[in-house]
Amino acid sequence: MISSGSEVAVELRGITKQFGSVLANAGVDLRVEPGTIQGLIGENGAGKSTAMKILYGLYRPDSGHILIRGQPQVWSSPRDAIAQGIGMVHQHFMLAGPYSALDNIILGAEGEGRGGRERRGSRVEGRGQPSGAMRREGAPDPRPPTLVRAWGILGRKHARERLEALAAQYRLSVDWEAPIEQLPVGIQQRVEILKLLYHRADVLILDEPTAVLTPQETNDLFANLKKLRDEGKTIIFVTHKLKEVMAFTDRVTVFRGGSVVGEALTSQTSPQELADLMVGRKVVLNVQAPPTQATGKAALEVEALVVSGTRGATHRVSNVTFSVRSGEIVGIAGVEGNGQSELLQALLHPREPQCRKAGRISITGMDVTQMTAREIRNLGVSLIPEDRLHEGLLPEWPLRDNFLLGLQHSAAFNRAGFICSSNLQAAAAKAVNEYDVRPANLALSAGNLSGGNQQKLIVAREFERRPKLLIAAQPTRGVDVGATEFIHRRIIKARDEGAGVLLVSSELEEIMALSDRILVMYEGRIAGEFAKGNFSESLLGLRMGGG
Amino acid sequence: MRRLAQSFLAVAFGLALGLSATWIAGENPWEVLKILARGAFGSRENIGMTLFYTTPLIFTGLSVAVAFQAGLFNVGAEGQLNLGALAAAAIGALLPGLGWPMAPLLASLAALAAGTVWGAIPGWLRARRGSHEVIVTIMLNFVAVGLSTYVALYVLKNPESQNPETRPIGLAYMIPRLGVFGDAPVSAALPLALLVAAIVWVFLRRTALGYELRAVGQSEPAARAAGIDATKMRILAMAIAGGLAGLVGVAEVLGNAGKFKVEFSPQYGFIGIAVALLGRNEPIGIVAAALLFGALHQGTRELDFSTEHITSEVSLVFQGLIILAVSAEPVTNWFRSKPRINTDEL
Repeated sequence: MISSGSEVAVELRGITKQFGSVLANAGVDLRVEPGTIQGLIGENGAGKSTAMKILYGLYRPDSGHILIRGQPQVWSSPRDAIAQGIGMVHQHFMLAGPYSALDNIILGAEGEGRGGRERRGSRVEGRGQPSGAMRREGAPDPRPPTLVRAWGILGRKHARERLEALAAQYRLSVDWEAPIEQLPVGIQQRVEILKLLYHRADVLILDEPTAVLTPQETNDLFANLKKLRDEGKTIIFVTHKLKEVMAFTDRVTVFRGGSVVGEALTSQTSPQELADLMVGRKVVLNVQAPPTQATGKAALEVEALVVSGTRGATHRVSNVTFSVRSGEIVGIAGVEGNGQSELLQALLHPREPQCRKAGRISITGMDVTQMTAREIRNLGVSLIPEDRLHEGLLPEWPLRDNFLLGLQHSAAFNRAGFICSSNLQAAAAKAVNEYDVRPANLALSAGNLSGGNQQKLIVAREFERRPKLLIAAQPTRGVDVGATEFIHRRIIKARDEGAGVLLVSSELEEIMALSDRILVMYEGRIAGEFAKGNFSESLLGLRMGGG
Repeated sequence: MRRLAQSFLAVAFGLALGLSATWIAGENPWEVLKILARGAFGSRENIGMTLFYTTPLIFTGLSVAVAFQAGLFNVGAEGQLNLGALAAAAIGALLPGLGWPMAPLLASLAALAAGTVWGAIPGWLRARRGSHEVIVTIMLNFVAVGLSTYVALYVLKNPESQNPETRPIGLAYMIPRLGVFGDAPVSAALPLALLVAAIVWVFLRRTALGYELRAVGQSEPAARAAGIDATKMRILAMAIAGGLAGLVGVAEVLGNAGKFKVEFSPQYGFIGIAVALLGRNEPIGIVAAALLFGALHQGTRELDFSTEHITSEVSLVFQGLIILAVSAEPVTNWFRSKPRINTDEL
């Protein structure tokens, strides 16, 4: 197929990779045409990241082949992949905080400019059919390798010149000398992309790049990626968000269970079709909550809450007042880092001065400001924490023991201080079944579940409490469409059964679909309040950005 | 089963290393191994001596393990057991008229209490002030040894002895010896240690409090979010750890010496770290590991008598090599390596 001369930037043929008993990739075939944006979509654990890590040289496949521009390749490390023009932006940026953008980019490329270039040039030319789209930018470095450069002491000036040229070419402006940690996340990501370009990448792999961005930053990223594509770069975009795939990819490949289950031109498919393929059954995208039927007394009241910053004078949360009545879902929208996490900590640990400086909090009518976390939880407060691996689970422990977390004193499982194993076993088995946690093996470590199943386990446990107040923070982050649908239905059900729900999410769609009221947090304040039917994405986005 | 095999492999590896060291020292390793085995298990007395050394190691191993389960490293068992022994001896010296069973009961409680207090101090400092428990427990070891030596020399000094030790305790304080081991000072402290190990297991695995303690060790943020008071659990874990180490005083003072002797412990507290490590911080494993280290300790004493070049310090070499082998898991693990994976990462 390849030898027919059709231009393929990257091809994976029959890639198989096994980790222990888990088959992560089972014969993955993938072809990416140059100068296109290729979306890879699939649920967590579907194998898309594994395939990309194999392409980038981080993992070695058990069997199968990698072909770059038709040439078979064997990587022994990412270095080999980079030399062939493959670059990857990881979900968690690989940047050194105190250093400038410039230093971060040239870090690791100090001796760069000697061997690599020629090696590549010859390979491309050697194929005899270098297309315009595949040509590298920039001519080979004319400078002779000097002793200074050979020793790794680099020409910063030269690097900067080249980067400025790249930035101008792709219109990716960056403040080169500012410490990277002081730049917004969107700009940090831009630096990561520039780093790939500096390393002369032709194929850019982005793994869930929008997870950390504001809607505005996401739009900027998409615009930049389109520019890169138009300049001839090939982009592989890994995500589980249908909207993003639909918005700006040219082609899309769907992964499920370690295999490719579908492929299409983006213009010829629909979100529903992709979602059904990803999950392997019919799913409902965006479960819309019907308006609440009845609201009762206040489940949560927060009055003039202040949380001070760790250092400096600025408050993380300043003078926040709101309430959640039972039977309603109140959504808190906002870009992450605008005080939401601090607000949640204050609700749970109001006694601790670093969690709450001033302000009154009451739950189900009781003043809780002097209560311990345990007393507060005992009022009927359930929590789906924002960082489930860190705050929601004990990853090394079996499902069974994770199900008990926070319930160890409840009458059902506690007989005079002793854990009642048989009750626990029965309840956990029932919950795992009811909430469809897979695999339903109570002895399995929670850390070995996929993100969606971990979240379902947490939801199962927290609903065991019959919450009067449910605090759900980023309940579907990194969770696949199937589990998202499930979790959304459960949250609505909790509301309909009379719980007050505080939903904190940076996903606008989620907030808009579920909330009866929406508050927008910006820089520690409530920057706007909207009733159901009174908000639009653009209006909320504006408030989230401080407008 | 897997872990058991792993531990066994580690021990075999360390033993092999140790034996090759004796070969370098000019002995026949096979002979050395035979002498070791004979020294540890060759006669009733020898088995008794092995069990005598095993008993305190069970206590200190449990001590280190309980702290570890809460995510803390108790390097202070040595200090805690010294104060425990001193407290038991002090009760016996100050209240010689007390009868059985009040006498041993009270002395045992004193040993437990002294260790508990000495363990709770670093726990409290860690939980409230953030002082690292490793530093604090190491420092408190010096304080405890100094303090107990002072008491033994100046407050409760035995007037009939040149040795640095306290006055002997009343006869009613002594707990019975297990008769079957000849003259070896194996006392009822051994069954007590086994009972305590069982209690620790039940506590850690079957009670809500033990669950909370382990949850804090596993992930403090998750424990806190679930309403568990991590501060309290830390203090509790260190207090229990101290109390367990303090019970060494029962074995030593009530079961063996009848008094507090300065420097009676051949570093039981530190060997306890190795015992806990080898026993994977689980009571059953700790009992087995304590027996191993007890046997090693007793066996190498025999080496000292029966060989030309080897002294009982070799025991420390052996122990060191075994600890090394246990902590260097990759060595014993490499040929059966299975990556632990998270399906999120796929």
